[in-house]
Amino acid sequence: MTSTLLELDGLTKTYPGVVANDDVSFAIRKGEVHALLGENGAGKSTLVKSIYGLVKPDRGTMTLDGKPYEPAEPRQARAAGIAMVFQHFSLFDALNVAENIALGMENPPALRDLAKRIRDVSEQYGLPLDPSRVVGDLSAGERQRVEIIRCLLQDPKLLIMDEPTSVLTPQEVHILFETLRLLRSEGTSILYISHKLEEIRSLCEHATILRLGKVVGTCDPRATSARDMAEMMVGATLHVPEKADAAAGEVVLSIKSLSAPAPHQFGTALRDISIDVRAGEVLGIGGVAGNGQDELVAALSGEMRTRTGTISLNGTPIGRMGPNERRAAGLSAAPEERNGHAAAPDMSLTENALMTGAVPMGLVERGFLRWAKARSFAEDIIKTFDVRTPGPQNAGRSLSGGNLQKFVIGREILQRPKVLVVNQPTWGVDAAAAASIRQAILDLAADGAAVVVISQDLDELMEISDRFSALNEGRLSAPRPARGLTVEQIGLLLGGAHDMEVAHVEA
Amino acid sequence: MDLSAINPVLLIAALIAASTPILLAGIGELVVERAGVLNLGVEGMMITGAICGFIAAHATGSASVGFLGAAVGGAGLALIFAVLSQYLLTNQVPTGLGLTLFGLGLSSLLGQDYAGIKAPTVSKIDVPLLSDIPVLGPILFNQDPIVYLGIGMTVAVWWFLYRSRRGLILRAVGENHEAAHALGYKVRLIRVGAIVFGGACAGLGGSYLSLVRVPIWTDGITAGYGWIALAIVVFAGWRPYRLMLGAYLFGGVTVLQLNLQAANVPIPAEYLSMSPYVATILVLVLMSSGRAPGSLGRAFHAST
Repeated sequence: MTSTLLELDGLTKTYPGVVANDDVSFAIRKGEVHALLGENGAGKSTLVKSIYGLVKPDRGTMTLDGKPYEPAEPRQARAAGIAMVFQHFSLFDALNVAENIALGMENPPALRDLAKRIRDVSEQYGLPLDPSRVVGDLSAGERQRVEIIRCLLQDPKLLIMDEPTSVLTPQEVHILFETLRLLRSEGTSILYISHKLEEIRSLCEHATILRLGKVVGTCDPRATSARDMAEMMVGATLHVPEKADAAAGEVVLSIKSLSAPAPHQFGTALRDISIDVRAGEVLGIGGVAGNGQDELVAALSGEMRTRTGTISLNGTPIGRMGPNERRAAGLSAAPEERNGHAAAPDMSLTENALMTGAVPMGLVERGFLRWAKARSFAEDIIKTFDVRTPGPQNAGRSLSGGNLQKFVIGREILQRPKVLVVNQPTWGVDAAAAASIRQAILDLAADGAAVVVISQDLDELMEISDRFSALNEGRLSAPRPARGLTVEQIGLLLGGAHDMEVAHVEA
Repeated sequence: MDLSAINPVLLIAALIAASTPILLAGIGELVVERAGVLNLGVEGMMITGAICGFIAAHATGSASVGFLGAAVGGAGLALIFAVLSQYLLTNQVPTGLGLTLFGLGLSSLLGQDYAGIKAPTVSKIDVPLLSDIPVLGPILFNQDPIVYLGIGMTVAVWWFLYRSRRGLILRAVGENHEAAHALGYKVRLIRVGAIVFGGACAGLGGSYLSLVRVPIWTDGITAGYGWIALAIVVFAGWRPYRLMLGAYLFGGVTVLQLNLQAANVPIPAEYLSMSPYVATILVLVLMSSGRAPGSLGRAFHAST
């Protein structure tokens, strides 16, 4: 096997109480795109951190190019030809592109020479980037380019990519894949971590599937269906959300010419948004992050007040109402950020349940909290939505992201709102949990609620929406029936590829 | 009122000297904060440096040994802060406040036998010929070595932060410690280094008060200079040259208002006394400052 680049043999890493990796063995060949699949907590991150030298495995060996490979720190991994693009970008906002790239290199040239090399490499791979721009001002796609170019400048043998497409438009994904295929043709191996199975099917030749720290299977993604791979990941038959066909009812939520200035320096202004949402329907709103999603949620939830008459609920204007008044009137919202916005991480689940459920669920009486009732409400959420936690006395922070998300969404759904607004309901949530959250949203709509789902996951929107609308620079496109929309059409609605090579897109 | 008693050349020469303790303490704290650490113990480190420097100078009769002792003393106190905040992960705000209180008490204890004693004199560097140049001579070429050290330190810190790779790494650690850790930089070690440097600078600044400005030991000799240094770091937007401007402005107005008081200007002394603070804050706010380092004051714990 001369064509093997990196071989892992029996890697084991134990944390107190958890076996993150249990006897993991697999091999990555030269010039292949190898997918690493698994749910949250399956041990993917720990594994790639071991390869990148951030985590030292307890047992097991790695062999790189036929030689033993034991990186004690990322520096050694980089020196050995391994580069990594992180899931949460490891960039420094206040520094410029060239400085950011220099920080990720072992022996960076002088900044002026580096800038020239950045320009060269970015042109070579079709990833335009200006080295002197401050990273804080870049879009998510551009920030990712900074990371990729940082890796490419070191001529890596193995490029590790952790969930690279979650922030990109379909066109940007397309361009990224072109770049990755070009790299592969030059002999670079790529270890690609994602839970977007369709992407893996179009890009990767090989997949290793992890579940609870163990390798549970390998497959050729090009010859395996997405559903089969998902079931291997979950280890059970996957429940696909079912959508009941129902006639839409009366208009419940009506937005008329909603405009609002950007709430802060890096915010987006909302421009003339008008849309009606009917009882029993799910309106999906797509868009690349930073095009006004947060602001729209804030305007709907009541965190940001708007002119009276722009938003009405069952004909009553609610634009001047605050969040609690809106909740009392039947409009609930679940914002994107779980820690610190949708939930208070240091408070218990009971207290978190109280925070939005206090009035609608009658958990407050004459100004006093009814703890017993609040606790049983929290227990109800935990049971109904299969939140994995020892009990409602645990702090929000102690839950994994997916579990906390189930709790936050469950908390709103169990209040039986007339209108539910959710932003990124399944962000960073594993396949099984995502399916159950989507099903719960559909069930709520089937019971006659109007639901607005804002998401960057287009597959998700196509799965659950009745109508689809795109948010681009604070403007909302006219809604279209979701059924039958193609990814290309949606991509154009989303504003296409931001600053990307247009030639690629139109070709 | 007799304004003619104020000699502008002597005034400027004096303001540079008066600004030196604040400049030194401030430049140290600037590096600390650029590394993402908020050490509110500047006043405590300054006064510890002041007494350590005084004792060392008194024992050896050499001011140079005194300044060295001051830097060691300030750095030693800073090391306590470094261990507490970086390894035991204490909250930096109360830890820094505690350091100030501790330093004030410690200096008072150490200084019991030294109250009222005079320090060995620090000779000025008198550059031959150049110091005879009218106006510029006394201002630029007839100061004591610590004044030049303060100016040199500002230039060096600027060069380090913006022109050297280590400085870039230090700024990166202060901007986003998680990302710096992910890239393999030793966040804690870099921060400990910055904190110790900050302590040494503060100690040096403190000893300038006890060995040069006052040159007698008295309790509470720093009289809030450490707090001023902290404030100027923020108002200067974490930039070395603005920090120097802020320190000179404060020192300048301080010297000027003392001169004005001596000249019996018909403005109540209280207003004159507050003028350095008001002027410094006003000017630096009007210049509008930069952005705080992203990880400033946040504890870092590598979770892997």
